[in-house]
Amino acid sequence: MTQVLEEKTIEQHLADEKIAIEVEKLNLFYGQKQALYDIDMKIPEKKVTAFIGPSGCGKSTLLRCFNRMNDLVDIARVAGDINIHGNNINRPGVDVAELRRNVGMVFQKPNPFPKSIYENIAYGLRLQGINKRRVLDEVVEWALKGAALWDEVKDRLHENALGMSGGQQQRLCIARAIAVQPEVLLLDEPASALDPISTLKIEELIHELKNDYTIVIVTHNMQQAARVSDYTAFMYMGDMVEFDQTDTIFTNPSQKKTEDYITGRYG
Amino acid sequence: MSKKFFNSGQHWVWLNAGAISISIIMVVGLLLLIAVRGLSHFWPAEVKTFDVVQGEEVIQVMGEIHNTEDDIQNGVERQQYLIKTGNRDVYGLDFKWLDVKNIEDTKVNDDVIVVERREWGNLYGFLSSVTKDGTIYREDPQALQDIIERALDIHGEIRDIETGDIGAINYAMEQLRLEQRVLELDGELTDEAQAELDKRRAELQEEFLSYQEQLQILYTDIKRDTAEFTLIGGEKITLTAGNIVRAFQPNQMGFWSKLGHYFSKIGEFIFDEPREANTEGGVFPAIFGTVLMVLLMSVVVTPLGVVAAVYMREYAKQGPLTRTIRIAVNNLAGVPSIVYGVFGLGFFVYFLGGSIDELFYPEVSPSPMFGTPGLIWASLTLALLTLPVVIVSTEEGLARIPKSIREGSLALGATKFETLRKTVLPMASPAMMTGLILAVARAAGEVAPLMLVGVVKLAPTLPLDGNAPFLHLERKFMHLGFHIYDVGFQSPNVEAARPLVYATALLLVLIIILLNIAAIKIRNNLREKYKSLEQ
Repeated sequence: MTQVLEEKTIEQHLADEKIAIEVEKLNLFYGQKQALYDIDMKIPEKKVTAFIGPSGCGKSTLLRCFNRMNDLVDIARVAGDINIHGNNINRPGVDVAELRRNVGMVFQKPNPFPKSIYENIAYGLRLQGINKRRVLDEVVEWALKGAALWDEVKDRLHENALGMSGGQQQRLCIARAIAVQPEVLLLDEPASALDPISTLKIEELIHELKNDYTIVIVTHNMQQAARVSDYTAFMYMGDMVEFDQTDTIFTNPSQKKTEDYITGRYG
Repeated sequence: MSKKFFNSGQHWVWLNAGAISISIIMVVGLLLLIAVRGLSHFWPAEVKTFDVVQGEEVIQVMGEIHNTEDDIQNGVERQQYLIKTGNRDVYGLDFKWLDVKNIEDTKVNDDVIVVERREWGNLYGFLSSVTKDGTIYREDPQALQDIIERALDIHGEIRDIETGDIGAINYAMEQLRLEQRVLELDGELTDEAQAELDKRRAELQEEFLSYQEQLQILYTDIKRDTAEFTLIGGEKITLTAGNIVRAFQPNQMGFWSKLGHYFSKIGEFIFDEPREANTEGGVFPAIFGTVLMVLLMSVVVTPLGVVAAVYMREYAKQGPLTRTIRIAVNNLAGVPSIVYGVFGLGFFVYFLGGSIDELFYPEVSPSPMFGTPGLIWASLTLALLTLPVVIVSTEEGLARIPKSIREGSLALGATKFETLRKTVLPMASPAMMTGLILAVARAAGEVAPLMLVGVVKLAPTLPLDGNAPFLHLERKFMHLGFHIYDVGFQSPNVEAARPLVYATALLLVLIIILLNIAAIKIRNNLREKYKSLEQ
């Protein structure tokens, strides 16, 4: 890496990237309590962006703003703009179901439906009215291959998904999410409930997936963030403390708080 | 030692085990009692002949020992037999008390014959002669069986014509009358229409007359053969074959023929209609009414309860109002059932039924069609009564569905409704079935409200028959629970009917168990299908 490149600021880096998600002055309140303070950030397209920070810092909350999952919390109130590919998703009148088709999400705990493996993946398609057997067959195979699960389950597609191991279930959830071909994929601590080997598989999968999707991942595990992400945001107490290239965050953070967290002084 | 015992909590374990044992013993005891009392009734008992001292003379009494009782009168212990002597037409009563110390001799006579009749209960006596096609057969039990068999066939034909064919004609006649009334009310009863109606009526009338003729012949046939019996006191009784249901000689029967008799009696009990003010024969209409009413109730209460629960749990804003409603719903389950009966009578029967009659069936006035107790109102009343149970258990089921599953569905672009329909409701279906099971268990055993909204002692027709529209929701029906009350307390011959009370009670319990097992099977299948909750 040349000297010139290293001196580039984050703004300059992002200027070279296409921007998928743009957050402007985002504030979020749970009742009286404020959980996010004036978040401003740009998330580049077809890159992996990681959110790190101690528990309760608001990284999951921020992630759930991108597909408006916070709507489900009665007391949550959001102010500010989030533009995904130029569309402000916080504008009134946005079709939330449509938004969530474009912004897929994988949760911390694997949550397959109590249906067959096949039906789990077909679920999102059937919602869109796609019921043709041939189309579904194709997409199921494609999605399972995309989630590196095809070889393991191709002989038992019609068995209950709950019979799979935790790691397989989580990859099934990823397959389910990509089956509807979203533009953005949100991963909320996708490997925190898994064993090391399953975790490794998920991380490899993330590497593969970033060729096609903009990925935003929340993780507790700093090594994981360092391994999988291109950009990293460090959050603390609802503030976006620092957002930069992953290398920079882990080797040369500009903020004292970031450095303290990374070196293990709290969190 | 004892301190250790108490500290270990062993005494609580014993207490709990004791409570459970007592409950089980009570339930099993109850079932055993009604089973033994009810089922033993169908076993053919030995008929004995007693020589009884009465004042100066010795008289003979014949019958089955129905009951034995010990009591103390004037300081003297005595034992009494309650003898079922039958022959109500001659003796006036079916039963006679005998003081054991007055009995001089007890004999078992092989020739005794028991005749079940369509009127006057059982006859106990000896066969003297049978007249078949004008020929007289002396003391020939086979001839008796022959004429009974022939008469039963004819009886079946008569019944088919009377309830089937003539019933259909009566139904058509009534429809015709209503049709005419409708035209009359609309002012469209022209001469032509009248002529058309008269023509159809004449056709029906003609059909009716031809059936009437057939019946005439059959009635003559059935009275053609007769049998003469001698009672123990020497009285002679002549019965036409049509009046006999069954005749058997219990003292000659071996174990296997008794067993055959037993099962044929049980079959009659389950599949036949009642005779003699419900004290003889079967309870089929009551079984049919009970099951049909419970099914109708289930069909009404399940969707209603589920929809209410879904709104309360998924859509309504949780706050003081929903909390109040929830408490109110829970308390509805505690309202005495007769109150629901009164409400059903006032609201469903008089208001709703009356309005339906006024609006849609003005032609039936003045006799009501829906504005009178009937199957539909009974089902609706019970649906109302069991609604809280279904709501509460469905709500619990919905609350148990993990948030993560809902989020998973929403994150794939499903709307709230799609999530409910495709994922949440199927997963909550076992809980709905649990609610339904509880509802069925409660509804099938409920009697008090039904007496106000549709149950009768004896319904002339089943609510389901061959006349369109086949299911007649406005008809009155019979119910096993009410049947028990009626036979046990309202019948003219309580003593004779008491075993039937036990048998009916057993049947009611069995039917409730069957309905429950069916529902539990369905629930377990659903559970198997959606067992993610166990994770």
